[in-house]
Amino acid sequence: MLEILGRRTISGLAYLGEISILSVQTLGLSLKPPWKGKNLLAEMVNVGLLSLPVVIITGAFTGMVLAVQSYYVLHKMTLETGIGGLVDLSLARELGPVLTALMLAGRVGAAMTAQLGTMKVTEQIDALQSLAVNPVQYLVVPRFLACLILLPILTVYTVFIGMLGGYIASVKMMGINATFYLSIAVGKVAPHDILNGLIKALFFGMIIGIIACYKGLTAKGGAEGVGRATTGSVVTSCILILVADFFITLALKIVNI
Amino acid sequence: MITIRNLTKSFGPNRVLDDLSMVVPEGQTTVVIGRSGCGKSVLLKHIMGILKPDSGEILIDGRDITKLKASELNQERKRFGMLFQGGALFDSLTVGENVGFSLQEHTNLSEGEIKEIVREKLELVGLRDVEDLRPAELSGGMKKRVALARAMAMDPEIVLYDEPTTGVDPIMADIINDLILSLQERLKVTSLIVTHDMQSAYKIADRIAMLYKGQIVEIGSREEIRNTANPIVRQFIAGASQGPINEN
Repeated sequence: MLEILGRRTISGLAYLGEISILSVQTLGLSLKPPWKGKNLLAEMVNVGLLSLPVVIITGAFTGMVLAVQSYYVLHKMTLETGIGGLVDLSLARELGPVLTALMLAGRVGAAMTAQLGTMKVTEQIDALQSLAVNPVQYLVVPRFLACLILLPILTVYTVFIGMLGGYIASVKMMGINATFYLSIAVGKVAPHDILNGLIKALFFGMIIGIIACYKGLTAKGGAEGVGRATTGSVVTSCILILVADFFITLALKIVNI
Repeated sequence: MITIRNLTKSFGPNRVLDDLSMVVPEGQTTVVIGRSGCGKSVLLKHIMGILKPDSGEILIDGRDITKLKASELNQERKRFGMLFQGGALFDSLTVGENVGFSLQEHTNLSEGEIKEIVREKLELVGLRDVEDLRPAELSGGMKKRVALARAMAMDPEIVLYDEPTTGVDPIMADIINDLILSLQERLKVTSLIVTHDMQSAYKIADRIAMLYKGQIVEIGSREEIRNTANPIVRQFIAGASQGPINEN
């Protein structure tokens, strides 16, 4: 029993250590030329442009559901005109970054892990090394930077579309007066609320990029191993996003953001 | 010249290389034979610096590559070419981009110059007008030849081959053997080939070494190996199920 516990602790620490080493290497190489512009552009198209439909659907329906649910509660207290403020603030501070990150962990993180995992089990990563190319610089840095740069941008899209969805659901479906709705909604979201969401998105982007690449680079055992790595990547990223969200929220509260 | 001294590597409880020592002479073709899973590919990956040994030294022209920093190791790797067992072509790139990959990464040659070298290297392995194809569109034999062209792109001094004839039909295997021989003849490179294909070993080797239980148990010329009294080598080259080599 103690032996199993010890072995699990050691492998857990080794896992954390490996992720830390990859993070440090990636951050170091991200700041150092040569940057692979072509690779970065390809990854940015994949992470950003191709994720837009997912982000738009997520934002729109989250905003609408939030508005409809809030209506039932606030209507009983005749406070329904406050829906706009509630929806916008929730989206900007919390739901926008978290839901964007969770969707991206599924769409982008899984694809990255599967691609790198396949490269690993077919010796393409070894081939890169044999051609004197650092796999972290060539493969991980562009993916990491694409996630880091684009998650905040996609979060802005989610929040904006969500606000629009909230407005449509409240005004066009629930019959709330548009002027009242807007008078309360506008001005409720302050710049520091937007900053709060963007800081979270930045950290979530780092989590998705690093976990996806780590799981891909450590995949082993053929197609089954790649499948396992891909599942592991999505699950680990989602859990870390939710856990990190709590601690970032606490930290930002301390510094009044 | 590659000198390997007391190389040891374990994966968990499994000791794959056990105090292995051997010399790969310059300008010659040395073939390492041994059963599948006996550590032949692991040996190549150590020479390429992809794996780190638990102990031991690998000297390339007197310089121990196991002690090099990552940047120094990458410099050293530019002297090498490696053919992987399955080709290991980058499936997101075209054939032309695969062959020209290291030229693109490590030289200041123009696109036109790279294209010309790529065409030359592909012709060297008997392929024409395949630059725009994707690896998925190639047959097994073509993949090996493209991978060979990629390994040759930077005119390496040392070429490592991991099972070059595995997974292709006997005719293609012989074509690949001829290619290795003609490249050796033309470029005078130092070659280290791991295989369990004895027909291939006899055709291309200057020297043959037998890897068994993590050690080189016999090394010699083709004739010496053919006439060896070592029962382990004799059982392997005869392909006999009975003898000192067993499942354990």
